[in-house]
Parts: sequence; C-alpha cells; structure tokens
Amino acid sequence: MTETVTVKNLVKHYGSFEAIKDISFSINEGEIFGLIGPNGAGKTTTLRVLATLLSLSSGTVTIMNNDLVKNAGDIRKFISYLPEDAGAYKNLTGRAYLLFIANFFEPHHCKEMVTRGITIADLGARIDDRVDTYSKGMMRRLLVGRTLMTNPRLAILDEPTSGLDVLNAQEIRKLIKTTAQTGTTVLLSSHNMLEVEYLCDRIALIADGKIVETGRPQDLMKKYNVRNIEEVFIKVVHQ
Amino acid sequence: MSGLGNILKKELKELMTVQTFLPIILVALIFGSLGNSISGIQEQAKTPPTIGIITEDNGTLATMATNVFHTYGHVVYNGTTAADRDTALATISEKNGAALLIIPQNFTTNIQHNKPGTIQVYWIMKGAGLFDSIPSSAVEYIIATANTNISRHLISSNSSINATVVLQPTTRIDSTTFKGREFTGLSPTIITGMLTSQALLIPIVMMMIIIMAGSIVITSMALEKENKTLETLLTLPVKRTSIVTGKIAAAAIIGLLLATIYMIGMGYYLNGLTSSGGVNLATYGLALQPTDFILIGLSLFITLVAGLSLCMLLGTFAKNFKSAQTLTFPITMLALIPMFLTMFADFDTLPLGLKALTFAIPFSHPMMAPRILLFHDYTLYIAGLIYVAAFAILTISIVVWIFKTDRLLTGSTSKWAKLLTKRRRRPF
Repeated sequence: MTETVTVKNLVKHYGSFEAIKDISFSINEGEIFGLIGPNGAGKTTTLRVLATLLSLSSGTVTIMNNDLVKNAGDIRKFISYLPEDAGAYKNLTGRAYLLFIANFFEPHHCKEMVTRGITIADLGARIDDRVDTYSKGMMRRLLVGRTLMTNPRLAILDEPTSGLDVLNAQEIRKLIKTTAQTGTTVLLSSHNMLEVEYLCDRIALIADGKIVETGRPQDLMKKYNVRNIEEVFIKVVHQ
Repeated sequence: MSGLGNILKKELKELMTVQTFLPIILVALIFGSLGNSISGIQEQAKTPPTIGIITEDNGTLATMATNVFHTYGHVVYNGTTAADRDTALATISEKNGAALLIIPQNFTTNIQHNKPGTIQVYWIMKGAGLFDSIPSSAVEYIIATANTNISRHLISSNSSINATVVLQPTTRIDSTTFKGREFTGLSPTIITGMLTSQALLIPIVMMMIIIMAGSIVITSMALEKENKTLETLLTLPVKRTSIVTGKIAAAAIIGLLLATIYMIGMGYYLNGLTSSGGVNLATYGLALQPTDFILIGLSLFITLVAGLSLCMLLGTFAKNFKSAQTLTFPITMLALIPMFLTMFADFDTLPLGLKALTFAIPFSHPMMAPRILLFHDYTLYIAGLIYVAAFAILTISIVVWIFKTDRLLTGSTSKWAKLLTKRRRRPF
C-alpha cells in the first residue's frame, strides 16, 4: 500500500516549549487517519506542520513523496486544510468565496470545482448570500465544501464537526467517508471518540506531544479489552 | 475587588500592550529630536541678518537709512559704488548673508523733490521653506524701519514734501538669486509664498493617500487574522510573494484612484496659482511642466508602494481590527513629519541630521519633488527615487520572509533570532 504521509521523528518547539516530542506515523493512500488527544496535546500543531503552515524544529515529513521543507509549494497543490475555527471572507457570497479558492488551482476546472463545492456545502439558494449572513453550521458546511471541492490527495481536517449540531455533524461525517472512498487520504483530529470510531481506519492517540498508541479502532478496543475508543483513550492516558 | 475595579484592571491589562505603546514612544522620540533641531534653527533666526551695504549718496536721508541698516543688521560689506556689486554679493554670499542693499545717487534729492528714494535689494535666497524666509523678513523689517525713520524726520522737519512721499519715502527694487537663477522683481518672501502654496498640496495628497491606502493594507492583514482566513490562504498553492504584492497592489490601485481625484482638484488649484498675486510664475520658469507632473506621479507611485510595504510589515503585527487602528498611527506620523519639514525649511538648508531624517523617510520624496523639479535638481530627484525603490524592495522582502516564518500565525517574536541562526527548518 502506498504511503501518502510519512512522519519521522517530528519535533516542534514554540520557543522553549516543546509542543511535539519526536512523533512518527504514516498514513496510507485513501485511509482516514485520526489524531486523538486532549486539549493541548499537540494535535493542531501536528496538522499545521503537515499543512505547511508551521516550520518543523527537527525530523522529516514526506507527503506524496515530497519533502515538506524542500517542496512545500508543490505539496500545497494537492493538500487541502480545514482549520478548526476557520472563517471565510465576509463580504463575499458563498459562491464567490468558492470561486476565489478554485482560481488558485487548475484554471480550466474552476467551474467544476465550484459546482462540486456547492454540492458538498448544500446551502441551496443561500450560496448566493453574503457569508456574513451565514450561521455557524452553514459556514462550516461552506468550508468543508471548500476543502473537499479540489479533490485533494490529502485532506487535513482539524475538528471538522466542531460546534455543529448532530444533524450537520452527521452530514459532514458522511461527506468525509465518501471523499475517502474516492481515493482522498484524510488526516483528521477530533475530541469526539464516537466520531473517530465511526470514521477512522486507523488512529493515533496523542498526549503531551507524544504518540502513545496507534492502531485500528477495533484492534485497540480488543487490545485494551474495552467497549469503545473513549475507554481506550482513558486507559492509555492513565498508563 | 469591586465591579468597577475588576473591569478597570482587566481593561488596563488588555490595553497595556507593546503594540499600544511602541508607536507612541517612537513618535515621541522622533518629535523630541525634531524639536531640538528646530529650536536650533529658531535660535539662528534671532541673530541680526547678515547684509552688505553700498551707499552712493551722501545726503542726510541716505545716511539716516544707512545708520538703520548698521544698527539692525550685521554688515559684512560696506561700499560706495554700485560697480562693486558683484564683489559685494560674493562677500555676502561667502558670509552666509541675506541681501545687498544699494542706496543709489540722488536718493536724498529725489525724496526732497517729491519722488520716493530707491533702495535696490539684491537678495541671496538659500531655501524656500518658511524658516528660510526668516532672514529676508528681517531685512524687510530693517528697510521698513529706515522708511519709518525717514518719514518721522520729514514730518518733524515740517518739509513741503507731499504726503504720499512722506508716508512712503522709499521704494524697493528687488532681485533675487536662488539656486543659481536670478529673479528680477521678486523678493524671497514672494517666491517662498508662491512656492509654498504651490507645493503644499502634494504633501497633503501624499499624506491622505498613505493614510487611506495604508490603513486598507494594515486592516486587510488584521481582518485575515480576525476572520480566520489567513491559515487557509497560506495553505493554498500561491506564492507568498503573490499574496504580499497582491495586497499591496490592490491598496495601491485604490490609493491611486484617490490620488487621481485629488490631482484633478489640485490641477485646477495650481492653474490658479501660477498666475496669482499679479505675478505669472511661468514667466520666471517657476511653473511645473507636463513632464514634471509625470515625474511627480512616478515618485508618488513608487513611494506609495514603499509606504504600503511598510504598512504591510506593520500589518503582520496586527492581531485584530483594533490593533490595526493603532498601527496606522506611526504611518500617519511618518507622513506628517516630512510634510512639516518641507513646509518649514528647504531640503538644502536643513541641518545635516534633519536632512538625513527627511531623506530617510520615503514619503518626503514626492513631497519635495515639485520644488526639486522646478529648479531642475534631477540628481536629488533620481537619488530619492532609487532610495525609495530600494526601500520598497527591502520592505517587501522582509514581509515575504515573515510570511514564510511561523510569526504570522504564532505572533511570537522570540523565535526570530533562532530563525536567523538557521537552526530551524521551515517550509515555504
């Protein structure tokens, strides 16, 4: 199986604070990989490093055989990142925002991308309203549409369902699942253990900047003799 | 703690940031050094003006006038024949003097025969700023005092001279040398007045554009952070240089649109000025040509880009819309300082320190451009243009570099030193 992401001995410092402490993991093509951990464990920092936003202090990261440090510009062509509390340009309509983003990718496929984005966002006629009139749920749907419309080889999703109601969250989970089935590799972070259990092929439990456990959700539940990932998490963290 | 105390403590804690105080501290430092230099100029202005006198007339009234000149002026040349005019001017110029006053033959006789006595004034003008006109104003005051003394004498001696001549017994013939050119019939006060009013709108236009377009750029960066769109933008397949130049170019276009609106009004204003006050400036070659306007426009555009790059640099420090408002303050001050400096003093006559400060502030150059171009000082114009272009390139490079670091997202400055030592690996 081809590895889309390979992280080896990644370390990230914020000044004297070591946010990521020598972590290694890999994600296979078409896989949904979840990073799970408490607040401040280093999930978002890891995702930001992989999304080419933050520098790495040491270690290597390879995405689609491209070194993150040397080829960040190339990597940006086939990744798509959804930050946890992202926003959109408030004076644009939903459609104009999607077009603005699509224009950075292949110019000949802009229309297709926007159409795909509109379908994913599923905002109906509201897609032509200004973004500043959107509710939180609508905004998140637009941003998920934006993230997935480019058919990225790697989608990096930080808490994709954060702040959404049950119905909206469920819709987005389905979208992520469908996207992975089309060949997109997904790396996501979440607090929601049920979501992770439902979505992820493999997970990594991260605590205090270190990966403490990796594996398939079912295998981990079996290993720790528990009924769900939440209990796995509690056991691992307490160990 | 009471509710009020609690709120007060929280608000003060929020407001007492480096971003709040740093601009004000910098501006205070600039004003402090500016005040010291200006007080030096003012002290210089209090001393009697350096003049030269040539008196061809030995009459009582000519002697009376000469005595006034000696009393109130610092006379460095004293001659008796107008044929020595060039020698006198060379001596006065060497002594950094302001004017040569010539009282021709028949000065006394003319007044006694109901004709005003002529005083020929050869001005040596050094600069066209308001401070530069202080020595010439002092000389004008001396001439006016001589005039008053002669009037008093004529009244007290019950002469039969007509009232008009008694009240205004002397008349002046001016000729001014400025930047190697001679302007017959114009005094430095008139030239300064006209040049100041003619060149006043460019600094105002420049200041307005920089403040307006500058705040657009700073706010744009702040809003990217506040609206949480920056992270997405930085992960898109677009070069950091394109993001920076795109933002600057957009603000520059808006700035130029604003400039065009101002320039249209200014064009009409300048048309009115070139023939104002009964003196046609074009006759003396003191009117800007279409080529000059193009060169001013070029200077304005490059300075706008440099100014906006600086705003962009400041914008990277903005955390939100509120902090962006604070960051526009130093830009406003940087636009105000050269405006006042070029208004009060000519670049050539500024003390070295202020000259260096004026040249270093990019916004000075389009403000100085009209006066520079009027007197064909292309060396200073080109030097300014090269400096501002280099400033813009350097500032844009710094901004692009910041865009490639973590600073934009983490807001941390402590890592800069580490980045400089290249110990860390960063993607870009």
